[in-house]
Amino acid sequence: MSDSEASAVLAAPPDIDAQPESVQPRRMTLNMGPQHPSTHGVLRLELELEGETVRRCRPDIGYLHTGIEKQCEALTYQQALTLTDRVDYLAPLSNNLCYCLAVEKLLGIEIPAVAQWTRVLLTELTRLNSHLVWLGTHAIDIGAMSVFLYCFREREEILRIFELFSGQRMMTSYFRVGGLALAPPRGWQARVKTFIDSFPSKVDEYEDLLTNNKIWINRTRGVGYISLEDMLDLGITGPMLRAAGLNWDTRKTAPYSSYEKFDFEVPTRTENDVYARYQVRVEEMRQSCKIVKQALEGMPSGPHTADAAKVVLPERERMKTQKEALIYHFKIVNEGFAVPEGEVYQVIESPRGELGYYVVSDGTSKPFRVHIHGPSFGNLQAVPKLVEGILLADVIASIGSMDFVLGDTDR
Amino acid sequence: MPVDSMPVDGNLTAELGAFDAEAVLAEKLDRGELTLEITPGKIAAVCAHLKTACGFERLSGVTAVDRYPSEPRFEAVYHLHSVSRNERVRLKCRLRGDSAEIDSVTLVWRSANWYEREVFDLFGIHFRNHPDLRRIMLPDDWQGHPLRKDYPVRGYK
Repeated sequence: MSDSEASAVLAAPPDIDAQPESVQPRRMTLNMGPQHPSTHGVLRLELELEGETVRRCRPDIGYLHTGIEKQCEALTYQQALTLTDRVDYLAPLSNNLCYCLAVEKLLGIEIPAVAQWTRVLLTELTRLNSHLVWLGTHAIDIGAMSVFLYCFREREEILRIFELFSGQRMMTSYFRVGGLALAPPRGWQARVKTFIDSFPSKVDEYEDLLTNNKIWINRTRGVGYISLEDMLDLGITGPMLRAAGLNWDTRKTAPYSSYEKFDFEVPTRTENDVYARYQVRVEEMRQSCKIVKQALEGMPSGPHTADAAKVVLPERERMKTQKEALIYHFKIVNEGFAVPEGEVYQVIESPRGELGYYVVSDGTSKPFRVHIHGPSFGNLQAVPKLVEGILLADVIASIGSMDFVLGDTDR
Repeated sequence: MPVDSMPVDGNLTAELGAFDAEAVLAEKLDRGELTLEITPGKIAAVCAHLKTACGFERLSGVTAVDRYPSEPRFEAVYHLHSVSRNERVRLKCRLRGDSAEIDSVTLVWRSANWYEREVFDLFGIHFRNHPDLRRIMLPDDWQGHPLRKDYPVRGYK
């Protein structure tokens, strides 16, 4: 370098802030998941960031695909039921119920009142269970540590009630085609009553911690907006729609399992943000509590399984004394039961939204096809619409407010 | 048992018949659920009509059934839902195994995007004009389509 060149460089130091027009702000690609704690399972989000702002989001699912639909085709109807627990591990009984209703519709059998009411009672406890896990983990994501401990305290009691009924805490398989697996156990009323009487005050405790909490409000209010039209178009269902003002709950619009006999309200909000979804779910917990109370007080008496000898396993005592009962038992256990040809799409309101089971029968004892339409699959599809353009920190709050379960998405 | 509200008076078939006389091949009302068999080539137009003129604002799901070894082998199944009418309807298109192709309905409902990708992944049915037809559940380099009836339930390759 000559002296003149050197002095020219010294005279005009480069402007480090100036950039050629062609250079765009630097984009960074960030992989969130599949092991990120706030994705609640194995969801991977490929985020393109400009600073802290999310410009593009690509969800990647399938990490938990277990081929449950394929396996159902190789099992008898009653065996396949045990797989439905594993679809949505936070709401196993909702999946049991939906599958049973679909197969019972194909069979055309009438379910006795005790079974229907017990199903309602336990499905609503499942809703409480699922919402408690959601509230605890959602709060922990946003930084409210203690709510989690409170929620899991009550969840533990619900799991104990499940254990009392079925012998299992999570994968209960307690609903069977034709009714219930076992008669409700002795003393269940007292256990459920103790829990349900104290539960509303526990919800007050969660609300004390969050509803007027300034940090909670700042993190959730006005965050995660998505228009109602977009939601319907993208396949979102459940509490998210109700937080946008749409009063649609399958328990009301197409009642199943005698929900029409229960008095409850469908909570809605219109703000359509993370906070509104929180309010809707908290109110849903109170309503579920009301339903459980009604089921407890008005529980009818009678048999817990349908009068269908070819479908329902006979009582143990009858098997010992009646030849016919023994034959039916042998046939049901070895071959299963034949289901008349046809197809059915049964929809119920799971804690997360519209849960649908499409069951096709070819007249044999194994389902020809079982398609599970999990609410999380539809909901997750809207993640890019929800998070593109917002801050990275709000992504956590937004996807938390969707309450998805990856088992339900990937099946 | 209350029936999950499905139209029982058959007026939907009449509405579709007025729209396109050749669209509906067959109709079946079974266990309170209405199934319409649609000409495969007209599925996108029929769906668009059902959404805009008949109030079916939601697509509840897309799936398929494999009738192997009989032909036409595949049934593409669409579950439509109208919140405003509180009705559900099932549309069905039969597709031959050697040309398992059908128009995508992603332009009608964006939710069809993932639903169709799932059917493509697990059944190998190709959706024409789909914006992003990739595997969704299985790895990109997976061989075969597991929900086909000629795909084994278990075993090693």
